[in-house]
Amino acid sequence: MLDYILKRILQLIPALLLVSVASFSIIYFAPGDPAETLLTGPDGDVDPKSVEEFRTKMGLDKPLHIQYLIWLNNVLHGDLGYSYRTEKPVFDHIITSFGATFKLAVVSLVISLVISIPLGIISAIKHNSALDISCMVGASLGVSMPNFWLGLLLMLLFGIYLDWLPVAGYGTGGDIEHIILPALTLGTGSAAVTARLMRSSMLEVLGQDYIMTARTKGVSEWVVIGKHALKNALIPFVTMVGLNFGYLLNGSVVVETIFGWPGIGRLIVDSINMRDYMMVQGCMVFIVLLFVTVNLLVDISYRYLDPRIRYERA
Amino acid sequence: MSLLEIIDLKTHFPTPNGFVKAVDTIDLRIAKKETFGLIGETGCCKSVLGHSIIRLIQSDAVMKGKIIYKEKNLLEISEAEMRNIRGEEIAMILQNPTTSLNPVIKVGEQIAEAIRLHQHLNKKDAKQKAIEMLDAVRIPSPSQRSDEYPHEFSGGMKQRVMIAMGLACDPALVIADEPTKGLDVTIKIQIVELMKEITAQKAMLLITHDLGVAAEMCDRIALMYAGELVEYASVIEIFENPLHPYTRGFLDSLPGRGLVPIPGMSPSLIDYPDGCRFHHRCSHVMEICKHNHPGMTEMKDGHFVRCFHA
Amino acid sequence: MKEHNNKFMDIVRHLRESKSATLGAIVILLLCLIAVFAPQLSPNNPTMACLDDRLISPLTVPEYPLGTDHLGRCILSRLLYGARISLMVGIIVVGISAMIGITLGVISGYYGGVIDAVIMRFVDATLSFPSIFLAVTIAGLLGRGLPSVIIALIIVDWTAYARISRGSVLSLKEKEFVESARSLGASDCYIMTRHILPNIIGPVIVIGTLGMAYVILSAAALSFLGFGPQPPTPEWGAMLNAGRMYMRTEPYLTIIPGFAIMVMVLAFNLLGDGLRDILDPRKTVIE
Repeated sequence: MLDYILKRILQLIPALLLVSVASFSIIYFAPGDPAETLLTGPDGDVDPKSVEEFRTKMGLDKPLHIQYLIWLNNVLHGDLGYSYRTEKPVFDHIITSFGATFKLAVVSLVISLVISIPLGIISAIKHNSALDISCMVGASLGVSMPNFWLGLLLMLLFGIYLDWLPVAGYGTGGDIEHIILPALTLGTGSAAVTARLMRSSMLEVLGQDYIMTARTKGVSEWVVIGKHALKNALIPFVTMVGLNFGYLLNGSVVVETIFGWPGIGRLIVDSINMRDYMMVQGCMVFIVLLFVTVNLLVDISYRYLDPRIRYERA
Repeated sequence: MSLLEIIDLKTHFPTPNGFVKAVDTIDLRIAKKETFGLIGETGCCKSVLGHSIIRLIQSDAVMKGKIIYKEKNLLEISEAEMRNIRGEEIAMILQNPTTSLNPVIKVGEQIAEAIRLHQHLNKKDAKQKAIEMLDAVRIPSPSQRSDEYPHEFSGGMKQRVMIAMGLACDPALVIADEPTKGLDVTIKIQIVELMKEITAQKAMLLITHDLGVAAEMCDRIALMYAGELVEYASVIEIFENPLHPYTRGFLDSLPGRGLVPIPGMSPSLIDYPDGCRFHHRCSHVMEICKHNHPGMTEMKDGHFVRCFHA
Repeated sequence: MKEHNNKFMDIVRHLRESKSATLGAIVILLLCLIAVFAPQLSPNNPTMACLDDRLISPLTVPEYPLGTDHLGRCILSRLLYGARISLMVGIIVVGISAMIGITLGVISGYYGGVIDAVIMRFVDATLSFPSIFLAVTIAGLLGRGLPSVIIALIIVDWTAYARISRGSVLSLKEKEFVESARSLGASDCYIMTRHILPNIIGPVIVIGTLGMAYVILSAAALSFLGFGPQPPTPEWGAMLNAGRMYMRTEPYLTIIPGFAIMVMVLAFNLLGDGLRDILDPRKTVIE
């Protein structure tokens, strides 16, 4: 088990190095000179002297590979630089934004799982019934529906027509009123993905011989499903959560933008639009590390949960 | 008085191409403490019969006839009543222990579950009884092994666990579906010995394609072909005086007797041939066999055969 | 060649058995026809602003069946031309991703060793980014417009094809017919094209179809965020974005394009799911 973890981490390192080079070069692929862009006044004038000062201050005058190494060193010490726009540390911005995204992600995840897991299980039990088919149709729709469209529709319905909920915003630190629409948007989208997975997992389990064995013992159907089937069908649960996480993270980019939620998704979009490439770079580094770590944890716990894999067959 | 009496049983499965008539008129009786062997080529018919008795057939299947157990027709009682019978009165030991054991539940618990359900023991007592069962099937260090998972057991051990699970509640009738399939010869012998000993006081329906195992364990043997029984008699009669060409062919295909295979292929279970269902493959086929379906006739005392030639 | 035709007919036959897949296929066909015949089908010019006719509601005026947007442009026409853009983006992205991905995947699997390790590290690196974040950043850096979106999505999408190709190659490499082909003097390239590629086609078609759904959705999302084609180009995602300002009073500006996106994406998803059930990798190997 431990060697598997080590092996995976070692495998990741070259990939992460590539990622770091890619992230670092964001600044260089950006159109225009960052210093000039930021310091260009409203009338389009730029003072060459202040540009020079800025470049020195930001370390933009050194050779590329040195800049990379300096940058990498900084990153490994938690220093993600300073925002071009606000001149405050990127790291602080990211932490605050991520806090908001995290709140949203948790609520969305709960909504997603509460909907998808029971629906997936029931669909599998009542295979090919009207319920099953309508759930699968719903899931297909959910997966195909653009989340920005769904968000706007929900906003239209609950925020404008019914006027039950505020249309956008963060409220006081993300209160229920403000979190519910974006969370519903994200949650139903990822529920569509999870419901299908849960259903196929359950279907596969229900077709297994050991389910028949349980029945030969005279065990009631409830116990067959609740004990014998579910224990096996939920093994991919952690994988499902991990997949949800990816979906939620990606979805946050659009959903946070629509609902004015100050999370990391919106941060990256705004930063790109405002050419704050230092921020963009910092966000990317953070997101990648987060994403990779979560995926690794999901992979490890999946192996741990399945007793067949845990005990490394001879 | 027989413990189990099957009368005119039919189990048909609807498919887009027609009904699969896996069990198509079976009559048989099993007495208390009798071991009855059901032999046939590897296919689905034999197992379906086993599943039919215990009523674990897919919900859209059609079952007709009577299965009389202790004066009740099992096909007419409610599902709840049937569940009481399963495991406690009639136990089935399924094929393929590797896939028939739940991989995420400990072995001891899988046995104890049935005990708790039917014998109403509390958790601790049931667990103890489960350990005793593991001991009875000769698994070493039973209390330790009862806390292990199925994948930690070898093939032969898993088969023993299946047997323990089936016999845990002391059923009157055991249906064993291919209990020695896929096992090494030495293990096979051990399992056969174990089963003989442990089911001595019980009735057993042994479903197998292995005539050698059947010879060891059974009192009577029936041969099943194309959804029906073609011959049944005491084990000695079957081996010394086989009457049906299929039985003879089956015996001839044994390693000890020349490994001569039966020519041709098993018929489709949807469209049975006219007349005798074996006539296409029979070396003694007569005109009458092609058009008339032979009934089961008693040739000698207790020796029945379904053949015009006998 | 005749053999391939029969297999194709087999697939079509199986597809017909799945109602949802058939529906998906029909809708895609319709959308393709719409895209091709957009000029003939559109009642008006999609990009011509007509400020006198701003914000007309749908189904009120025969001249503009689906109404007009905030600049007086016919929504129906924009919808029809938008189908072209979405389909085109999908085909280009999937086509190029597949080519790059398959090439790299096959090389990686076939030659193994260092080449494999290097290519796989690039795959891992790409997959370390959540896809939209990566796409948004690339599109943002490359500047607004359709080419940026296309390039960004290619970079995100190629890995799926690389992986599946590599997997196929790895399992096929050991099979005898490759050995025998090699012993007959066939070059690597020949083996790769004649023996390995036909076996990859099945999974690639499935991934490609589902990929179309994903790409169309993502492209719309990127355009919605402002990174895609600029006005007056009638891209559906961009149309949705433009309609946001008027959501209170003219909700149809956001409802209609969103619905169109959903229909197109759903069609590809349904077809892709159906194809996946048929072209399951467990099918027989083509020798």
